[in-house]
Amino acid sequence: MSSSTPLLAVDDLSVVFHRRGSGETRAVDGVSFSLEEGRVTGLVGESGCGKSVTSLALMGLLPDRGVKVGGSAVMRLPDGEADLLRISQRRMRDLRGSQLAMIFQDPLSSLNPVVPIGLQVTEILKRHRGLRGNAARKEAADLLYRVGIPDPTRRLNEYPHQLSGGMRQRALIAMAVACRPRLMIADEPTTALDVTIQAQILELLKDLVTEEGTALLMITHDLGVVAGLCDDINVLYAGRAVETAPRRPLFADPTHPYTVGLLGSIPRLDAPRGESLTPVRGSVNDNIAWTDGCAFAPRCDHYTMDCLQGPPPLVEVGDGNGGGHVHRCVNPIGHADVVDREVLESPAVVGDDEEERG
Amino acid sequence: MLRFIVRRLLQLIPTLGGLSILLFVWLQRLPGGPEYALLPDDATAEQRAMLRRSLGLDEPVMVQYLAFLRRIVQGDLGTSLQTGRPVLDEFFLRFPATFELAVTAMLIAVTIGLPLGYLAARRRGTALDFAAVGGSLLGICTPVFFLAFILKVVFAERLGLFPSAFRLSPGISRTDITGFVVLDGMMTREWDVVWDAVAHLALPGLALASIPLAVITRMTRASVLEVMGEDYVRTANAKGLHRGTVRTRHVLRNALLPVVTAVGLLAGSLFAGAVLTESVFAFPGIGSFVYIATQERDYPVLTGFILLIATMYVLINLLVDISYSLLDPRVRAQ
Repeated sequence: MSSSTPLLAVDDLSVVFHRRGSGETRAVDGVSFSLEEGRVTGLVGESGCGKSVTSLALMGLLPDRGVKVGGSAVMRLPDGEADLLRISQRRMRDLRGSQLAMIFQDPLSSLNPVVPIGLQVTEILKRHRGLRGNAARKEAADLLYRVGIPDPTRRLNEYPHQLSGGMRQRALIAMAVACRPRLMIADEPTTALDVTIQAQILELLKDLVTEEGTALLMITHDLGVVAGLCDDINVLYAGRAVETAPRRPLFADPTHPYTVGLLGSIPRLDAPRGESLTPVRGSVNDNIAWTDGCAFAPRCDHYTMDCLQGPPPLVEVGDGNGGGHVHRCVNPIGHADVVDREVLESPAVVGDDEEERG
Repeated sequence: MLRFIVRRLLQLIPTLGGLSILLFVWLQRLPGGPEYALLPDDATAEQRAMLRRSLGLDEPVMVQYLAFLRRIVQGDLGTSLQTGRPVLDEFFLRFPATFELAVTAMLIAVTIGLPLGYLAARRRGTALDFAAVGGSLLGICTPVFFLAFILKVVFAERLGLFPSAFRLSPGISRTDITGFVVLDGMMTREWDVVWDAVAHLALPGLALASIPLAVITRMTRASVLEVMGEDYVRTANAKGLHRGTVRTRHVLRNALLPVVTAVGLLAGSLFAGAVLTESVFAFPGIGSFVYIATQERDYPVLTGFILLIATMYVLINLLVDISYSLLDPRVRAQ
């Protein structure tokens, strides 16, 4: 897509939590990216890097108190543009579920245990599309069928605990797509599911993006998911994007040492038996403030004193023809021989379409 | 559902059977048996022994127990030593008064406790929240008889806002149908009777409500706070549902589940609590009767009262289980 303005342009997003007694925590610290219709954008990083907080900030689902959100997130809407971070709560409620929707990590805890699946689907149809009674039930059954739930009419009367894990996530996806939102955020949608179901869910999301032209923001720590699904990838570290690139250049020529470390830590089937995995050493807590230098420096094998001279700027990789490949590193890795072509080529989305039966 | 209820009713048998053994042992072990209560202090040992024989207290323990059990099953709780009439008749006579009082107390506790706990959770950390939490702590800590006494002195005797004793004002005439004063008054449209009865119920009802009110407020608050942090509430918000829908369908419906259990347990305890409240307000219910029975060592009445409380507990718990299975589909499935 080469339209002049993206569907959603997130610029310099920051989220700061204030906690009485323990000062402030910068969970997201100046993240910028944009989303296009029909494309999947990945936010990748380890636990605590600010992925989920970013998505909750965009949805306006952060707590009211003790949180400060900065920057802007301008979305193209049917009636003009609006900054999601500045609009009223009432307007945000109108947009949520209709223009932007979200799929969460744990499908069991994300569904109300004492409300039938049918009502949990029809309530959103009633809210945003004004459907009631039998019309709403019929549409709900159609939605469940579309996301691959067999015998949907019967399922409408069932409760979440009567569905399998995969079915629950499908039901949540049905709710998310119920009003054909132009933007969907999926926060680790496959983490709580087993591997074969993961592949089916990813396939379903991919189809929905292709058919509906929805923009999908995929939040994950799983590089296999990224390789199979995402068109553009943002690697987050300590609340900032450290490397941004389309899928191919990112996997073929990662330049930021953190990205290289993440790729290198993927377990491989062809590795010799007994060989230990190669983690990124240290933990996400071993960082320094971005204002003092590169937050990743304490864990980086390549850092020099240059890395500690203030925040590294976001620069374009190579001769400027990187095709949108940028990174935030003063000491990048020129040629990464950890290139994991296996991951890139691997059929992370399995073609096997065998339906699970709940 | 019917099978569930029948199964629960069958479970009553071992529960009450166990209780009957406990009761029996308790009666056997108590010092100062009925022969001391019934006979004057200067009675001879021979006279006491004669009375024991006539009451069957010299039989072997097993025989006594079986006789005791047989009488209970036949609904014969013995004869009150105070009045000389069957205990069951005395209870039936006074049950409506105590039941009305207990219902009043529960109504007060639920209608104030639920909204208060909910609002305290919604406005966590505000003055309202502190007042609700602090007030409920006070409610739990204050002994019921003390609170009853204070209420009586202040609102009945000093301010004269409410009557200080009995179920109805003297001289008021009413038609008796069921024994439930408020209910009868409504059925016969004798509104002055209803009003008078409600005024008499207000203070003892409030005193008896203090502990259930405090517990319900705290439980509702804690439960609502917990549910507001649940993932499915976030999902409901992510769907853009109206606030009211999120609050009722997604927050309250889940938050009330543990409160229902608490209400059941508290309702069972009201009959025991009524002993003190009724005696302070000279309220002519089972509680006042039992209060006197304790002083008179009226063992048949005490035994009957314990059995009555136990049966109420078990029946109320059955009701709670049934309503729980209607409210929570996860329980229904099991």
